[in-house]
Amino acid sequence: MPARRRATARPRAALIFGDLWEFDPAPETADPRLKPRYELFIGGSFVRPRSGRYFDSINPANERRLAEIALAGPADVDAAYQAAARAFRPWAATPGRERGKYLFRIARLLQDRAREFAVAETMDGGKPIRESRDFDVPMAAAHFFYHAGWADKLDYVVPGRSVAPLGVVGQVIPWNFPLLMLAWKIAPALAMGNCVVLKPAETTSITALKLAEILQDAGLPPGVVNFVTGAGETGALVMGHPAASKVAFTGSTEVGKAIMRQLAGTDRKMTMELGGKAANIVFDDAPIDQAVEGIVNGIFFNQGHVCCAGSRLLVHEPVADRVISRLRNRIRVLRVGDPLDKNTDLGAINSGAQLAKIRRLVASGVREGASLFQPPCRLPARGFYYPPTLFTGVTQSHRIAREEIFGPVLSILTFRTVDEAIEKANNTPYGLSAGVWTDKGSRILRMSTELKAGVVWANTFNRFDPSSPFGGYKESGFGREGGRQGLLDYVRLAGGGEP
Amino acid sequence: MTPRSPRAAHARLLDEIGAVDLVGVEERVAKFATRSIKKASKVWGLRMAVSMTDLTTLEGKDTPGKIESLCRKALRPHDDPSVPHVAAVCVYPSMVRHARRWVAGSGVRVASVATAFPSGQTHYRTRLAEARGAVADGADEVDMVINRGAFLSGDFARVQDEIAGVVEACGRAALKVILEVSELETYDSIRAASFLAMEVLRPGDFIKTSTGKTALNATLGSNQVMIEAIRDFYLDRGVAIGMKPAGGIRTAKQALQYLIAVKETLGDAWLTPRRYRFGATSLLNDLLRQLERERTGAYQAPYYFSEAAESY
Repeated sequence: MPARRRATARPRAALIFGDLWEFDPAPETADPRLKPRYELFIGGSFVRPRSGRYFDSINPANERRLAEIALAGPADVDAAYQAAARAFRPWAATPGRERGKYLFRIARLLQDRAREFAVAETMDGGKPIRESRDFDVPMAAAHFFYHAGWADKLDYVVPGRSVAPLGVVGQVIPWNFPLLMLAWKIAPALAMGNCVVLKPAETTSITALKLAEILQDAGLPPGVVNFVTGAGETGALVMGHPAASKVAFTGSTEVGKAIMRQLAGTDRKMTMELGGKAANIVFDDAPIDQAVEGIVNGIFFNQGHVCCAGSRLLVHEPVADRVISRLRNRIRVLRVGDPLDKNTDLGAINSGAQLAKIRRLVASGVREGASLFQPPCRLPARGFYYPPTLFTGVTQSHRIAREEIFGPVLSILTFRTVDEAIEKANNTPYGLSAGVWTDKGSRILRMSTELKAGVVWANTFNRFDPSSPFGGYKESGFGREGGRQGLLDYVRLAGGGEP
Repeated sequence: MTPRSPRAAHARLLDEIGAVDLVGVEERVAKFATRSIKKASKVWGLRMAVSMTDLTTLEGKDTPGKIESLCRKALRPHDDPSVPHVAAVCVYPSMVRHARRWVAGSGVRVASVATAFPSGQTHYRTRLAEARGAVADGADEVDMVINRGAFLSGDFARVQDEIAGVVEACGRAALKVILEVSELETYDSIRAASFLAMEVLRPGDFIKTSTGKTALNATLGSNQVMIEAIRDFYLDRGVAIGMKPAGGIRTAKQALQYLIAVKETLGDAWLTPRRYRFGATSLLNDLLRQLERERTGAYQAPYYFSEAAESY
């Protein structure tokens, strides 16, 4: 029966997101089949490090040790490069359609073991199982499939010219998407006939070493792919090794710069995919609820550990209040906690060091006068967790608007005109990605030309596809991964001339 | 509100309430489907869904006998006495007085479709008279259809005036306004029609997706657009309107996904039969089947559930 309408005592209507219907734990239970100790993968087999040293890989969700990982020293990296160099000639001479078969096989084997890999990825890196299951693993398989399809079509990569592999490629990948970044790196390299020495990030080596098992099962010739594990020093050895024809790095701008300094003056080809401070721009005619969803995907996907995260929200002044209030309501229902729980939206921060960095930058935001909003949420007692965080009242001069936080922290700025939006969006040393939310098609086209960012998403955010090239402008790096453009970074054009 | 042209009226309304992006809506609702509801939370959700069901029969061949079966099922969905009764039985106007006999005083309400359901294509005075007749026969709730012809030709004022007229005809009965989303087609239109209706509704009235008589009925997407409209209307005006997805919700799993959408969009205050309903028939036995599964650990044959239509 409809109640009589009467003036309510409550000054403003508010929504209640309480505990009326609590969800029971729904943990993913597939066995990740972890080994207690992982060796280096060199020349097609697992070998003990000549350094004799190991380090622990911990689960950031509970700080428990998952496995011991071999620490590769100079002799190990050297051995990996030698194995790759030995494998290169026969591999490059293998017909493309045969190389493609290996890649197809790797993709299918990864699909077969998808749940196991998803659980391992979540335990090692802290990301929610929903994401590793629905994004990381399927997307990694998709990259192998996509590049498998290219392997026998090399004559069509650059019409009218033929392409040749570069040789041995040194690759270093970050901890935010361990398996996916590995696929981005090795799939195009192998399809084009190169051999690989790759170093995963020290906090997230496990899925790479599990993938090594798949490479063995796929019968990939020994030495075509080698994994050396360790921290920054090992990375520097991989990047600096004289046998590398090319190096590809994904990680922080700071380390990227160090690598470029190290390699300046050599003829080494390079691909750098570095940091970002992407602007996600919402105009007053945007579909607000979907923009809010895009903002959430943009900054809270993978706890904000995404180089192309939409970490700066630029919102048109007329709709700023509406967008912010809806965004607050939206993040009140994000579930933070055990990454293995199928209902978790925000998992664990990858490491204690990263958590400390996030805290430091958030403290600077508060100190510099921005206002902070965090929804009430119970964080687990052990493990590294950080609640979803919004900062309003942020200006271009705030540190939190300039520095990459790499965490679930969104800085919200406002703008008045299209020109101002473009100016603010481009007012950063980075240029990896940007988002535009508007109902007006012509505005999207204009923004996509004027925003200095490698990827501009229109009415969506954090969308990826193997056929779509990804890479940066300015200090976000150079070179592209994915698509035909990504292939060009792993070949030389026969008959001289750069692609 | 007499528009100069239908286009102008449409543009003005959209401008006021904001646009909806189809791709974004589909992406949002896909997340509800990834939620995993287990154990006690599942039982809670299933029971809540039972108590929110408007158990429906809308057939040309309905008889007082059929209505009695429906009402008995509504009162006592399962042998297990801890299962709640449903929210309402939903019938044609001519069946209201028969339904009344069985459920009066039980807490199960009698809802009647009216206003030339499902097409609405008859004279306005006839539609009003039908609504009045249903209420006079004892309907606690009236499910009306909007004038989709008027909406699609841009005559929003007429759509809204007609709803206002039926509100008045309802008296103390609650009103549910059926938008028939599959005929409106776009999410923009669904949002617009939701606002047109809500502006003349009373707290405790509902908006409802569909008649169940067209090819496409309630979807998580249309449900989402409508509950977001309800949320915005509530936050703006402080008036809480209820929601009823109807048609096409046949499994317990689907029902739980709808409830998750409610929990995460409107919050706890809408997790009640006073503000959220399912228009359904076969859903009820699937909810019971899942409840029995949780209780006993095994799925029971259909013949253990009364009124089960499945053969075995």
